[in-house]
Amino acid sequence: MKIAKALASATILAACTLGSASAADLVVGFSQIGSESGWRAAETTLTKQQAEQRGIDLKFADAQQKQENQIKAIRSFIAQGVNAILVAPVVATGWDEVLQEAKDAEIPVILLDRTVDASKDLYLTAVTSDLVHEGNVAGKWLVDATAGKPCNVVELQGTTGSSPAIDRKKGFEQALSGHDNLKIVRSQTGDFTRTKGKEVMESFLKAEDGGKNICALYAHNDDMAVGAIQAIKEAGLKPGKDILVVSIDAVPDIFQAMAAGEANATVELTPNMAGPAFDALAAYQKDGTAPPKWIQTESKLYTQADEPLKVYEEKKGLGY
Amino acid sequence: MIATIRLYFNRLLPQLIALGVIIVAVSLVFPGFLNLEIQNDRLYGSLIDILNRGAPVVLLAIGMTVVIATKGIDLSVGAVMAICGATAAACITSGHSVAATLLITLAVGILCGLWNGVLVAVLDIQPIIATLVLMVAGRGIAQLITEGAILTFNDPGLAFIGSGSFAGLPMPVVIWLVFGVLIAMLVRRTALGMLIEAIGVNRQASTLSGVLTPVLLIAAYVLSGLCAAIAGIIAAADIRGADANNAGLWLELDAILSVVVGGTSLLGGRFSIAASVLGAIIIQAINTGILLSGFPPEFNLIIKAAIIVFILVLQSPRFRTAFSFLVPARGASKPSERAAK
Amino acid sequence: MQTNDHILQAIRIEKTFPGTRALDKVDFHLRRGEVHALLGENGAGKSTLIKCLTGAYRRDGGAILLDDAEVDPRDTFEAQTLGIGTVYQEVNLLANLTVAENLFLGRQPRRFGMVDVSAMNRRAQELLADYELDIDVTRDLASYSVAIQQVVAIARAVDLSGKVLILDEPTASLDAHEVAMLFRIVRRLKARGLGIIFVTHFLEQVYEVSDRITVLRNGQLVGTRETANLDRRELIAMMIGRELAAEIHAPRAQAQEGPLRYRFRNYGRKGRVRPFDLDVRAGEVVGMAGLLGSGRTETAELLFGAHRADSGEAEIDGRAVDLSSPRAAIRHRFGFCPEDRKTSGIIGDLSVRENIVLALQARRGWTRPIARADQNRLADHYIRALDIRTADREKPIKLLSGGNQQKAILARWLATEPEFLILDEPTRGIDVGAHAEIVKLIEALREKGLSLIVVSSEIEELVAYSTRIIVLRDRAHVAELDGNRITAHQIVEAIAATNERRTS
Repeated sequence: MKIAKALASATILAACTLGSASAADLVVGFSQIGSESGWRAAETTLTKQQAEQRGIDLKFADAQQKQENQIKAIRSFIAQGVNAILVAPVVATGWDEVLQEAKDAEIPVILLDRTVDASKDLYLTAVTSDLVHEGNVAGKWLVDATAGKPCNVVELQGTTGSSPAIDRKKGFEQALSGHDNLKIVRSQTGDFTRTKGKEVMESFLKAEDGGKNICALYAHNDDMAVGAIQAIKEAGLKPGKDILVVSIDAVPDIFQAMAAGEANATVELTPNMAGPAFDALAAYQKDGTAPPKWIQTESKLYTQADEPLKVYEEKKGLGY
Repeated sequence: MIATIRLYFNRLLPQLIALGVIIVAVSLVFPGFLNLEIQNDRLYGSLIDILNRGAPVVLLAIGMTVVIATKGIDLSVGAVMAICGATAAACITSGHSVAATLLITLAVGILCGLWNGVLVAVLDIQPIIATLVLMVAGRGIAQLITEGAILTFNDPGLAFIGSGSFAGLPMPVVIWLVFGVLIAMLVRRTALGMLIEAIGVNRQASTLSGVLTPVLLIAAYVLSGLCAAIAGIIAAADIRGADANNAGLWLELDAILSVVVGGTSLLGGRFSIAASVLGAIIIQAINTGILLSGFPPEFNLIIKAAIIVFILVLQSPRFRTAFSFLVPARGASKPSERAAK
Repeated sequence: MQTNDHILQAIRIEKTFPGTRALDKVDFHLRRGEVHALLGENGAGKSTLIKCLTGAYRRDGGAILLDDAEVDPRDTFEAQTLGIGTVYQEVNLLANLTVAENLFLGRQPRRFGMVDVSAMNRRAQELLADYELDIDVTRDLASYSVAIQQVVAIARAVDLSGKVLILDEPTASLDAHEVAMLFRIVRRLKARGLGIIFVTHFLEQVYEVSDRITVLRNGQLVGTRETANLDRRELIAMMIGRELAAEIHAPRAQAQEGPLRYRFRNYGRKGRVRPFDLDVRAGEVVGMAGLLGSGRTETAELLFGAHRADSGEAEIDGRAVDLSSPRAAIRHRFGFCPEDRKTSGIIGDLSVRENIVLALQARRGWTRPIARADQNRLADHYIRALDIRTADREKPIKLLSGGNQQKAILARWLATEPEFLILDEPTRGIDVGAHAEIVKLIEALREKGLSLIVVSSEIEELVAYSTRIIVLRDRAHVAELDGNRITAHQIVEAIAATNERRTS
C-alpha cells in the first residue's frame, strides 16, 4: 500500500516536472459539475475533443453536483501546477477564496456556461450563452414565421424560478412586443422534462378548444417540446403545421422531429463552450492579451431548412 | 352481502366526497372539464387525462399501500421507476422484442423490491433507511444505464403501452385498472390481506402466531417494486424515452400522500387499495385542475398543498367528531324554523 | 397505633387501568425516621403506588395523609413542594448543567434580579458537605459518576422536600462501594427524621438498610412487617404467594398420566437458559416456578421456537423434531401464550374474530383462506365457550379487558387444536373472575389429554393445577417436584435455598 502511494506520488511528480519542462504543451484542469443532463454530457465530450484537437493535456474532474468537490479539484489542479483551469460552477457563491488561491499561483481561471458572484479580477473570463438572447432569437423566428397573421401562443416554461426559465421568457416576450398579432394565451411550467411537457400540453389543448385556438408553441427547452409534440399528435393535430413548435437548446432529438416536420425551429445552446475558452487562453498565453470578461457564445437558429438529419447525425455522438 | 358493500362504501366515502368536490370546483373554473368525446376510437377529455396522467402514481400507490400496511415505507419507488424505464429503453433499443423487454424490466423491478425486502425483513433495517439506500443509488444506476442522456426509442409496440388505447381507454388506464383489481382480489380473496394487517399492527405477535413474517414482508416490497416497474414502463413509453434524471422524481412522495389521503395509517394495519387509488386520482385531479385553471405556475404548489391540507383536515378524527357534533346542532336551530315560531 | 408517629399514610389507595386493577385498596404507613422497603414482583403495583403518592398518577380512590393532614398532589412538582421528594434509578436531572445549577434549578439565589452565581456555588458546596461530598460544583453534572449524580439528586430532593424521600431502585447501577456510600447517607437522613421509602429488587440490601418491609402482590397489600422479624424464606413466600396454597392444593384431581410424548435432552441456548432435560406426558401440566429472571420465560420461548435452541434435541413420540421457529412448533401442534400480552400476544387493531382465527389461518397458509362464514362460526364458538365478554366479534381486541384478551389468545390456540400448550403467566394482570376461569380451563385441557407447560409467579396457582413442578434459578432448571412434594412450602423452599446460596 505504502509502496503504491509512493509510486503514485513519484509519477505525479514526474508528470509535473515533465509538464513544466515542455512549455509548449498546455496542461488544463477542467472541473465539471457532473452529468445531470444530456447537454452537460455533450459539453464534457466537446471539451475533451477540443482539448485533443489543440494538443492540450486536459485533466478532468467530475464534481457530482457538489461545490466542495469542485473546490477540492481546483486546489488539486493548483497543487499540480496546471497552466489554466476551466470551471463550470455548480453554484454562484462561495468561490472567492479558492479563486484567490489560483490567482496567487498565477493560474488563469475561465468560467464555463455559468458565472459566479465574485470579483471579476479573480478570473480571466467567463464563456456563457445569453439566455435572454436565446429567447429573443426564438421569438424573432416566430414573428417572422407568422408574418403578421394573428396567432395564439402557448408557452411551456422551465422550472419555476430558475434563471433559464426567467430569462428565456423575458427574451421571448421582448421579441414579441410590438407585434400585436402574437398573443401568449397560456403559460405554465413543464419543469424542463418531457413527461411534464406532455402533460401540460395536454391540458393546454383541452383548455384551448382541443387546440384549435393554438397556433404556436414556445418551449423553454427541447425536451418539453418533444413531449408536447406527442401530446399534439395524440390530440389528432399535426405539430409543425397546425401548431408551430419553437424551442431552445438544439438537442439531437429535436432535429429528428424537425426532419419529420413536427418541429419548426430551435435555438442552439452550444455545448462547445471550451472552444472559445481555449482560443482566449491561447491568445493570453501567447502575448498576454486579456480577453473580454464575458465571451458570449453564439445562439444559432436551426430550422427545417438546415438539413436537420445531418445535424442530428453530428450531434448524436456527443453524448446528449 | 349488501352489508359488506355498504361497509366498503362507507370506507371510501370521504375520498369520494373529496374527489367530487374537486371535480365540481374545477368545472366551475373551467366549464369544459367534464366534456368527453370520442376521437380516434378512444375517449378524449380532461377526466380521461386525469385517469391517464395519474397512472404512475396510482400504480405506485397500490404497492405503497401494501408496504405501509406492514408498518413499512418504500422511498425507492421513484428511483426504481427510473431504473426500470431506463432498462426498458435500453432493452428495446438494443433490439430485444417487446415481450422480452417487458419481462426483463419487470424482473428488474422485482429484483429492486427483493433488495428492499431483504434489507427490511432479514437484516431488520428500518424501512425508511433501507429504502433510502435505493432511492439515492437508484437514480445513479438509471443514469449509468442511459449514460446520462434521455434514451429515446421509436418501437411502436412499447410506445403503445404509453399512448395506445384499448376498449376506448388509454392503455395506462387499462393497465392500472386491471392490475389494481387483480391485486385487490389477491389480497382480499386470499388471507394475504389479513396476515399483512396483522404484521403491520404487531409483527412480533404475528410471528409468534405462526405468520410467515419475513416472506410476507419481502413480498410486500417485491409488489412495490413490481408496481414501480410497471409505472416506469408507462412513464418511458409515454414520452418514448427514458429520462433517468426526471422519471419518477418525487413520485414516491405523491404515492405516500395518495395512501394517506386514502385514509390508510402510516402506522400500519388496516388498509384499502381502492381508497389509495382514489387518493392518487384525487391528487392527479388537483394537478390537472391547476393546469386547466390557467393560474400562473408560481401558485401551483401552494394551491395543491392547501387543497391537500384541507382534505387531511376533513379526515382527521378530531374534525370528524367536531363535525358530527355540529351537524345536528345546526339542524336543530334552522333560521327558517325559528322564524316560523 | 400512634398516628403522630407516621409522617406519611396512604389509605385504601385504588388505581385501575383499562383491563387491570393496578392497586386494590392498598394501605401504606411510613414512620418518621425509618427506612421502609417496598417489595413485590414485577406488576405487583410498587411503581403504581409510588406514582400515586407523588402525583404522577391520579389515584381513583383512597386518601394520602402527610403529617396527619390530607394532601392531594396533582403532579410531582406539587408533591415536592409538599415534602415528598423522589429519586429514580435514571437520574432525572439535567446533565449539561453544573452541579450547583442542578441543586438550585428554579430557585437560584438572586441579586439585583440576576442569578448570584457565587452565592449559589457556595451554598451548593455547603449543602453537599452534609453528604460527605467535596466536589467542584461548577462542573457539569455529566462529568461525575452515576453514584454522585444520585447523591446530588438526593440532596436536591431532601433540600426541596425534607419530609419524605422515595428512592426508586437507586442501587441498580451502582457498585458495592457506591452502595455503601449511599446507605451511609440514607442512615444519616433517617437520623434526621426523614421517612424513606426504598424500592428495590435486591433482598440483601433490604435486610441491610430497612426497618420495615411492605409487600405488594397483584395490586394488593400482602402485609407490612418488621424487617428484623421476617426471615428471607417468609419474605419470598409473601412476594410470590403461599397462604392459600394448602386449601387449594387439597382437592386437586389426581393426574391420569398418559404416555410420554415430548422429550427434550440437553436443550438450551447460551445467554438465555442453560441446557436442561424435560419430559412431558400427555395429560400433564408441568409448572415452572422461579423468581423473575430465573429463566422460566426463556424456557417457554425456547420450547416454542421463539428463540432457536443452540444445544440439544427435541423428540415427539420418539421421533426427532425440529422446533427452530414458531411455525415449526405450530406444525407439531404447539401453542404459546406469551407473557406480555400487549407486545407479543394481541393484534390490537384487528377484531376479536381475526385474532382468534390468526394462528389457524397462518398454519393453513395464505392461499387457503378460511371462509368468512367459518371464521364467524369459529369466533362465535370460542366467544361463547370461553365466555369472552365483547359487544361483538368485530370489535378491535385492544378495547377488551385484559382477561378477555387473554381468553381470545387462548382461543386463537385452541382453534388450532393444539396438543402441547405453553402458557407464560396466563393469569397475570387479569381480574379474579377471569383468573378462576383460566385455571379451570387449564384443568379441563389436561383432562382432555393435552400436555401443558405453565409459567406462573403465583405459587398457589401452580400448586393447584400442576402435576409436576420445575423450579428455576439463575437461568437453570434446579429442582423438580412431583406427587406429594408439590406444595407451596416445598416450592418456596427450593427457590429460597438457591436464593440464599446466591447471596452467600
